[in-house]
Amino acid sequence: MADKPRIKLPKEAKKGEIIQIKTLVSHLMESGQRKDAQGKPIARKIINKFTCEFNGRPVFSCALEPAISANPYIQFDARIDEEGTFKFAWTDDDGSVVTAEEKIALKA
Amino acid sequence: MGAINRRQAFLLGGGFVALTVLPMAANAEPSNDAAELIKKFTGGKEAAKGKITLDLPEIAENGNTVPLALTVESPMTAENYVKEVLFVADGNPNAGVATLMFTPMSGKAEASIRIRLAQTQNVIAVAKMSDGSLFTERKTVKVTIGGCGG
Repeated sequence: MADKPRIKLPKEAKKGEIIQIKTLVSHLMESGQRKDAQGKPIARKIINKFTCEFNGRPVFSCALEPAISANPYIQFDARIDEEGTFKFAWTDDDGSVVTAEEKIALKA
Repeated sequence: MGAINRRQAFLLGGGFVALTVLPMAANAEPSNDAAELIKKFTGGKEAAKGKITLDLPEIAENGNTVPLALTVESPMTAENYVKEVLFVADGNPNAGVATLMFTPMSGKAEASIRIRLAQTQNVIAVAKMSDGSLFTERKTVKVTIGGCGG
């Protein structure tokens, strides 16, 4: 299904700094409202959940509905108190999960 | 004589005002499950206006991707932070848009997403704080080309 997600965040941050994270994943986000050429409804298939964890603790997550555009773009913030790893996960209606990881270091 | 005296005229007028104002308060066209979703989210409690800033275009040429940016005023500390924000669109086939869940580690209660809007309608945000208080904000977006693939 989805290609490799694109994630943009700084490589390093000062302790206590709030950074911005931008994510984009390729997905059709089939709303379930559309009909095919024969007039039959096309089954819904969307990313219904996105989560972001930092060092195993939740930072931000969201539940998504068909009213989210194709190739969902999600931008949010995170406060950095220590170096570590962000884990991102996108859950599809079919149960498959796309994950990604990004490391961030503390600025000296 | 069928003339209406002043008191009757007043009552009639009052009734008329109530009739026209009520549906507006209940948000023009309860065409989808927007009200139910909000009620489920708030637990029936009233949400106050304020604290939320919604950044949405006044006119969206393409309803397939409407940029939506949210900011909620909050210190985002362990004691006082924004827990959840519900987005609903009252003119889409399904009202639900997204529910965002923040934590103190979010640092700021800010997020941006892109949404689909089928027609000109209101986008409503309801924020739930860590202390249980509720805030709401709404914005009307005029949609030129609907975004539900019809």
